[in-house]
Amino acid sequence: MNFVWNGPMIAFYVLALSVLGAGILMLSVRKVVYMALSIGGVFIGAAGIYILLGAEFVAVAQILIYVGAITILMMFAIMLTNHKAEEEPFRWTVRNATAAVGSVLLALVLLAVIRSTTWPVQSANLNLNGGNSNPVAIGLVMFKQYAFPFELVSLVLIVGLVGAVILAQERKEEE
Amino acid sequence: MTGLGGPLFPIPTGSLLALGALLFCIGLFGALTRKNLIIVLVSIELMLNAANINLVTFSRLGVNPSLSGQVFSLFTITVAAAEIAVGLALLLAIFRLRRSSEVQDLNVHKW
Repeated sequence: MNFVWNGPMIAFYVLALSVLGAGILMLSVRKVVYMALSIGGVFIGAAGIYILLGAEFVAVAQILIYVGAITILMMFAIMLTNHKAEEEPFRWTVRNATAAVGSVLLALVLLAVIRSTTWPVQSANLNLNGGNSNPVAIGLVMFKQYAFPFELVSLVLIVGLVGAVILAQERKEEE
Repeated sequence: MTGLGGPLFPIPTGSLLALGALLFCIGLFGALTRKNLIIVLVSIELMLNAANINLVTFSRLGVNPSLSGQVFSLFTITVAAAEIAVGLALLLAIFRLRRSSEVQDLNVHKW
């Protein structure tokens, strides 16, 4: 594999390193609020990678939903529950050691498989969007080819919304 | 070249998949070891994000590259949002009941 040091490649490696760094930061800080903030860094970095891959619509949706909604929702949950919560420092209990060994083994196996597989090289003049801009192309695919799943996912969303409200509300009648 | 409609940057697939795999393993480790329920949920989101990166990567490959991978990842993002909303609502209900958001206090069904 020969590495070409052009702009997009450097941008990719910087983004990948910052994503992984934010992920490791999330596991190493002890205050829960800082963990939720560093997961925002992971989400923003992933959005940058989507832009590099030419998936602008997914990137914007990622920023809107993950960074805008999910991180803020987590902040709300932290504030509404035990907002001074701190993780205790990492100790090598049997459970933690098993989890660490399992995760590292899984990572090694996955990396070995990825390395040993020859991946098809992307054709030089690949044009996924069919001449349109990416949001237009996504909209066309979504409403022509995936119209039925699109409607179903709205059903999932409404069920999730109503379920969340019902679960989170105070139950006065049982007290 | 531009990203809009033109040819895309040929970022090596192996590097992208390796990024996804490492992110997944970080999420897995967090979900297995953390005590706080919110952080367990966050780690699961991390794993979903790794899967999304793989989906967007694979949408550029194959005999017939298409936008299906990107549409799939949009669906995944939607389902992840619904999942986190329900998860946090459950967390609030549990916190109201037990005054704690730690995993080891949720042992009602353990016997």
